[in-house]
Amino acid sequence: MTITNEPSAEIAVPTELVTVIIDGVAIGVPKGTLVIRAAEMLGIEIPRFCDHPLLEPVAACRACLIEIDGVPKPQPACAQVVSDGMQVHTQYSSDVARLAQEGVMEFLLLNHPLDCPVCDKGGECPLQNQAMSIGRPESRFTEEKRTFDKPINVSAQILLDRERCVSCARCTRFADQIAGDPMLELLERGAQQQVGTADDEPFDSYFSGNTIQICPVGALTSATYRFRARPFDLVSVPTSCEHCASGCALRTDYRRSTVTRRLGWDDPQVNEEWNCDKGRFAFAYQQQGRIDWPLVRENGELRTASWPEALAVAARGLQTAGTDTAVLVGGRSTMEDAYAYARFARIALGTDNIDFRARANSEEEREFLAAHVAGTPIKVEYADLEKAPIVLLVAFEPEDESPIVFLRLRKAASNKVSIASVAAGASRGLAKMNGTLVPAKPGEEAAALANLPQDIQQALSQPGAVIMVGERAASAPGALSAAAQLSQQTGAALAWVPRRAGERGALDAGALAGLLPGGRPISDPAARSEVARIWGIQESALPQQGLSGIALHDAVDSGRIRGVVVGGVELCDYPHDAAEALGKVDFIVSLENHHSAVTAMADVVLPVGVVTEKSGTFLDWEGRPRPFGQVFRDAMMNSDAAVLAMLADSMGHSLPGGVNELRAQMGLLGPWTGARATMNPTSASANTDGERLETWRLLLDLGVMQEGDPHLAATARPTVARMSARTAQSHGIGDTATIHGPAGSVTAPVEIDDSMLDSVVWLPMNSEGSRVYRDLGAGHGDVVRLDAGTHAGGLS
Amino acid sequence: MSTPLTPVITEFWDRQDLYTLDGYRAVGGYTALDKALKTDPDSIIGQVKDSGLRGRGGAGFPTGMKWSFVPQGDGKPHYLVVNADESEPGACKDIPIMMANPHALVEGVIIASYAIRANHAFIYIRGEVPNAIRKVAFAVRQAKDAGLIGKNILGSGFDLDVVVHSGAGAYICGEETALLDSLEGYRGQPRLKPPFPAVAGLYASPTVINNVETIANIPYIVDRGVDWFRQFGTEKSPGFKVFAVSGHVKSPGIYEAPLGITMRELLDYAGGMRDGSEVKFWIPGGSSVPMLTPEHLDLPLTYEAMAEAGTMLGTGTPMVFDQTTSVVKAVTRWLEFYKHESCGKCTPCREGTYWITGVLEKFEHGHGTEGEMETLVNLCGQIAGRSFCALGDAAATPYPAALKYFRDEFEAATHTSADEQFDPVASYVFAAAGAR
Repeated sequence: MTITNEPSAEIAVPTELVTVIIDGVAIGVPKGTLVIRAAEMLGIEIPRFCDHPLLEPVAACRACLIEIDGVPKPQPACAQVVSDGMQVHTQYSSDVARLAQEGVMEFLLLNHPLDCPVCDKGGECPLQNQAMSIGRPESRFTEEKRTFDKPINVSAQILLDRERCVSCARCTRFADQIAGDPMLELLERGAQQQVGTADDEPFDSYFSGNTIQICPVGALTSATYRFRARPFDLVSVPTSCEHCASGCALRTDYRRSTVTRRLGWDDPQVNEEWNCDKGRFAFAYQQQGRIDWPLVRENGELRTASWPEALAVAARGLQTAGTDTAVLVGGRSTMEDAYAYARFARIALGTDNIDFRARANSEEEREFLAAHVAGTPIKVEYADLEKAPIVLLVAFEPEDESPIVFLRLRKAASNKVSIASVAAGASRGLAKMNGTLVPAKPGEEAAALANLPQDIQQALSQPGAVIMVGERAASAPGALSAAAQLSQQTGAALAWVPRRAGERGALDAGALAGLLPGGRPISDPAARSEVARIWGIQESALPQQGLSGIALHDAVDSGRIRGVVVGGVELCDYPHDAAEALGKVDFIVSLENHHSAVTAMADVVLPVGVVTEKSGTFLDWEGRPRPFGQVFRDAMMNSDAAVLAMLADSMGHSLPGGVNELRAQMGLLGPWTGARATMNPTSASANTDGERLETWRLLLDLGVMQEGDPHLAATARPTVARMSARTAQSHGIGDTATIHGPAGSVTAPVEIDDSMLDSVVWLPMNSEGSRVYRDLGAGHGDVVRLDAGTHAGGLS
Repeated sequence: MSTPLTPVITEFWDRQDLYTLDGYRAVGGYTALDKALKTDPDSIIGQVKDSGLRGRGGAGFPTGMKWSFVPQGDGKPHYLVVNADESEPGACKDIPIMMANPHALVEGVIIASYAIRANHAFIYIRGEVPNAIRKVAFAVRQAKDAGLIGKNILGSGFDLDVVVHSGAGAYICGEETALLDSLEGYRGQPRLKPPFPAVAGLYASPTVINNVETIANIPYIVDRGVDWFRQFGTEKSPGFKVFAVSGHVKSPGIYEAPLGITMRELLDYAGGMRDGSEVKFWIPGGSSVPMLTPEHLDLPLTYEAMAEAGTMLGTGTPMVFDQTTSVVKAVTRWLEFYKHESCGKCTPCREGTYWITGVLEKFEHGHGTEGEMETLVNLCGQIAGRSFCALGDAAATPYPAALKYFRDEFEAATHTSADEQFDPVASYVFAAAGAR
């Protein structure tokens, strides 16, 4: 039941074509095409360094000079727009062009160190390649090269070798035009020109790694990959990113069973060519601290066990628990694995107690997902964001929670798409999208949606408008109901953008109580029989509607649930004390690749593979399948689905767990076409008393999948407590503030932000010094108490 | 027989108070403004067009045509920017104009702004000349106080604000689009064209960028008429020019004369060469134009005649060198200047000036080789016409001309240093004994 409904192919708009003749070959290209692109269409490759199809032309490197009939001087193909009848001569048919290109290539190599044998880029270097094709075999330059100290850090992760730089300005233009973080600039002049940053102001960007990838020489390198490998020793595999729901296409490069680096790969529909630094650098977790063998608890201690023993123990324990069981699926599961959990719960355990939402959630959210999201085809896609009259963000911080959505929204904003955000303050990301703030106290987003400014309301009624809701909407009572209602009223398309890569797939695979695969309501007889038929069981064998969210937590906490299967869940991601609740469960089976709070209390731990060791699919926020293949074909690790198949087998059920079988079964099921579950609108809570906490997870934080790369961690944004000057003043707060919650307090440096509503304080949810669930016992929208902390009060 | 000098902009420079409003008014200043504000802006553009005035900043582009490129009635603000970033080696005419006769510039600015419908004008002055900046700022302030700048100027309904802006020490900012970037607060580097400034210049709005001398011509054209202006100069180079003669002449300085005057005549006005010396080579207008030799002294100094001789009138500020000067050394100094001032944006200029300078320095010390003489020609060819802006073209200019006329000196520089060939002390303008 993978969603295959492709968005209806757009009717081709007739474009005005102009004919350009390049090296004697005529080609019709759309008006406005650059000569270099027209030449590419003919397979004529013109050298280039500064040119990049996704960046504005700059015509600085002059490597692409070509001759145009009637134009006295050679022109840069990267900035020259074609005109009808234009006669272009490239290096293949013009000595002027060839000599101009050779001249530029010779110049570029003057001050370049020619240290290819020790350079990371050697072997995949545009300068090296083009020097071979258009350069002189011997240098005429015998003077001294200019030198620089090297490398220098432009950020903790990105290192700059200024000697190798050819001043193409790709990195600086990327930082400015694409990422909106213009901290990289060209400094000085002449041959001393160099890329650099202001003193004490590093290249602070979530997208910094892209500059390495688009650097046409080895000037920019990452601390993570520098000197680790040569490109020609690497095996490259196309993959999809497991970190968030943006759905980036990646290329994973490995050598000797070790991933050496990951690159953003080209998918014009999704990530164009970009990715974020988390997707690029956070992969050390895949290899460090892995659980290799099954573990069984004996006399209170986990000990290594054989697979047959561990499976037998697990099966016996779960069978003892009967149907008083539950399944918790982590948000990073592939769709196939989530489907296997969903099926395992309903067949092997006979329960519908299942939830993939290892985070703050609500019954309202479950109903919202069942009514509007689960099993639906692509309603909004990336390209739609660029054409929308307005995109309204509700409890969603794209730069942190879905960075590629952020990049696309930035691009959209430069195309005059207006962006508005319902939040307590205008974030740095919102400023970069040139967006407007619709102020809403945390937890009271619903009220803001009900009283939107007139112009936003009107814009939402125009065709193509989009509403995007994020995961913290689940923490704001009534917000999802209000968003759904707003969408219905205005006709604006509604997109739910989860933060984790696996959530949308898990939802569609049926890993949520009340929802069978494809968005089928478990209460619907037709839906039940469709699923039962494909699963080869009696309809009556399917369980009735089970528990999820808080209700499930309460059931666990009260001891009513006796057996739990947990797949890749960090207990600290729940707002409530999940560890205490799970402690009351008789029998816990944990499917994990790293030790965690769950394995610490599990009775059986079954090791499973990470993304490089299996194939699978993520559904991105659009609902677009992002399939990926196995990187390490000889990996010894099983997928979650394969382990569940073995476990089911031990329990007397045949539930094949091969990825192809699972995909085939999901395909047979397809999406639900019957009546969808409806949503009981939840009313907004209006409680304006006290200081409220606004919080979300920063892109780079203490997430376990970011462990193992200290350079990446060093680029994380520092923990601050953000509040308005008035809020700070009214609490006598100076440089630092202490925020108190039921469980404790967080003390953090204060950042004054006057876009913030008064009586609101923002803290990162899971960053160094600010793990709000654990430290405060409070989450988004909760009431907290503020004071100046221990420093300001003195000894009195 | 000889061409008479025609002091217009420079006519009253002997007045101590010319730089003040009263002084300028005493010699007929701001009468042109009165006339202009009573005229239709388009007819002023027409007048300037008919006068044939060509840009005095070096390129010689027809000023009236430049003004007419500004789209009218487009609803966008228009800007006039005066390029007063005079930094060309050898050029020294705009700064004297600004110091001696700043109100002519200011009056020209007001008229030009009125013609192109700009309510905001900027005068971007080279940062190293604070005395000129002070003079112009003072003139602007006086004009403001007198109601010549501000709201409803002289009851015409025309509003204008003038900002005097100081540059920060980069030759590249004399390139008009780099100047705009600098004025906007960015690092000064030339912009990709199109769009041209007349359509999208300062703050992406239609902008005219004119040289100081060009603008200083405007009041006189408006006041005295097209026919008066065209009686000077030639068909293609009408009018007069502020020539700034420097080098080994007896009286270096400013000589305002009709275009078409010859260098020999200008030399006479400048008192001839210093005692015992003769012209070895000269450049008509700044280091960015190729050098000429004594055989070219009788050519008319017009845009067209200079082009025919393989050089350019440029800024019209001839530098004259006598036989004590090492061509190798002169060219090396110029290239060092371009290397230092290359903005770094494009490869040919950034790397080419670096390389050429390195090679020339070897020649200067007598370590050049025959092969490198040709390599340098080749390298200049790899820059000229391939760089992003005219700075690269300019940098590629001095050497080929020098080699053409003084090949023997470069040949000698393969074994003898420039200082051994030419006593450096003898070439100093203050050398006691004059030329050797």
